[in-house]
Amino acid sequence: MTDRLILLILVLLADVGSALGVVYTRHEARQLAVQLSALESQHDASVAEWSRLQLEQATLADAGQVEGMARDKLQMQQPDQVKILVVNP
Amino acid sequence: MKDRPEAMVRMSRVYALLVIFLLCSVGMIARAVNLQVMETEFLQEQGKARYLREVSIPTTRGIISDRNGEALAVSTPVDSVWVNPRELLQVPEKIRPLAQVLGADPDDIERKLNQRSAREFVWLKRRLHPETAAKVEALKIPGVSLQKEYRRFYPAGEVAAHLIGFTNIDDVGQEGLELTYNEWLSGEAGSKRVFKDRLGRTIEEIELIRAASPGNDLQLSIDRRLQYLAYRELKRTVLRHGAHSGSVVVLDSDTSEVLAIVNYPAYNPNKPGTEDSDGLRNRAVTDVFEPGSVMKPFAVTSVLEHGVAGAGTIIDTSPGTMRISGHTIRDTHDYGVLDVTGLLTKSSNVGVATLALELEPEQMWDTYNRYGFGEATGTGFPGESAGVLRNHRRWRRLEQATISYGYGVSATALQIAQAYAVIANDGRLRHPTFIREAINPAMSVVDPALARQVAAMLETVTGPEGTGKQARVANYRISGKTGTSRKASASGYANRYIASFAGFAPSSDPRLICVAVINDPTGDFYYGGQVAAPLFAEVVGGALRLMNVPPDDYSALMVQSTESAEGPDR
Repeated sequence: MTDRLILLILVLLADVGSALGVVYTRHEARQLAVQLSALESQHDASVAEWSRLQLEQATLADAGQVEGMARDKLQMQQPDQVKILVVNP
Repeated sequence: MKDRPEAMVRMSRVYALLVIFLLCSVGMIARAVNLQVMETEFLQEQGKARYLREVSIPTTRGIISDRNGEALAVSTPVDSVWVNPRELLQVPEKIRPLAQVLGADPDDIERKLNQRSAREFVWLKRRLHPETAAKVEALKIPGVSLQKEYRRFYPAGEVAAHLIGFTNIDDVGQEGLELTYNEWLSGEAGSKRVFKDRLGRTIEEIELIRAASPGNDLQLSIDRRLQYLAYRELKRTVLRHGAHSGSVVVLDSDTSEVLAIVNYPAYNPNKPGTEDSDGLRNRAVTDVFEPGSVMKPFAVTSVLEHGVAGAGTIIDTSPGTMRISGHTIRDTHDYGVLDVTGLLTKSSNVGVATLALELEPEQMWDTYNRYGFGEATGTGFPGESAGVLRNHRRWRRLEQATISYGYGVSATALQIAQAYAVIANDGRLRHPTFIREAINPAMSVVDPALARQVAAMLETVTGPEGTGKQARVANYRISGKTGTSRKASASGYANRYIASFAGFAPSSDPRLICVAVINDPTGDFYYGGQVAAPLFAEVVGGALRLMNVPPDDYSALMVQSTESAEGPDR
């Protein structure tokens, strides 16, 4: 009779324990999911930022823009050919 | 006596109630069993359908960059705003602030929503400015949501428009390389299953059905700086000469990679829908024309190849005209007696035709064919043309004569560039490619010594006696050939021209092949040597400088530099 009682108590304890375990892992899974989606949106934002920066760089480095700045703002000009010196041809 | 029936009535009432209750419970149990056991699958599915959603994960299209990694086409995420009309119409006072943020008329929006009130999804505005999107989000209006979409930008704009093409609003390639490599560039959107609450917020991700795979990047052989340079000079030339259109192609001599390919008129690929169809074509690849004298080096190759003439052969082109089958072939001037080199230097139709007529048609056709004429270059570009080189069995005598100087045969600018690359590259043909480091094995199609011989002849074209003096670039030796062809029209050849110049530089060790074509110049000048040659010189001169190619014609310069460090004024 006592054997059976002990067994019953053990089984009950195991039951409650595993139930708590389920609750815990479930909670953890939720939290990780939240973390994952936060990281994913961070990744998306970084990708978006990167592509915007790519675009910005491409626009600023546009040859027409650079040439316009060099000629108009900085008063640069192409050297005449007599000023070109060939070093170690 | 009265008691008994009263008690019995009471008891029967109790029993009746009991029976009723029993029946009720039985009914409920039966229903419960029915729901739990018999219809459970159907009900569970229905329940899940109300909170379980399959959501697509958007992905990016690959970046197209030039050979140095500079971006030419980039996808960047933008937000589009959509509404659920039923929800928004329940709070009509919120429409006004929303309209204000979107810069739209609130009455318009309300009308639109009322018309579509039976639907659950209506686009309000697509591809918002990021700031506007943030404002919309901040309003937190029920039924209004943002959806991430990707929009494609082309930082090079019109300069590379024809080559790269554009995509439609659903990110599918419509023109150019965007179309050719659409499959490679497009990513595959993924999808996942999630739980959502009543307000449509994601509560929990259940499973990933398919991971999103972003599109592949594409690195082109184009050099953006050269592309810009070529476009700028082409545009200037076309406008100066009042021409209808024009194209420039620049190839790398060693690999046949296309470094620049530009056309005018062009369009802005960032504003789709504004282009007219005339500016849409990549003419250098899709449009064929009769090249005229630019074809002479290939006829001369054939002549030398089959021993009809040698380097020292003398041809009398007087009086500058000749008659074949009732037609007259003309030179611009009477050039008198010329050797084979002189035929190219002066561009004598009569001389080249005289020699070409001594060839079997098949021999000449074979040489042209080996140079790649009559066959597409195999770039896979949409609408690429193969040009026309008719089968030699159908050549009549007159036709053979005209084909020798570039009439009765047609080609694209890219094909001409490919053929000049053969001359520049010791007789090896490589198909041009738009992709960096593509595999395009060289095929030997012309004897190397012969190719060098023709190349040397072409250098005289920019010499003191030649027709292409304006193609010269300071400090470099330039080889090439001018071409001026009359455009064929319904009523024979019209007084309209195509001016062209094809060549390579530096002559001592060619690095660049360049073909310039100007279609229908209407100004005072229309010869290839006057219109296309200066364009060639500008493009090639700038390209040689950008690519740091050492000058091969600097002897005069060295003398000057030793005389004085400053250098004398010239």
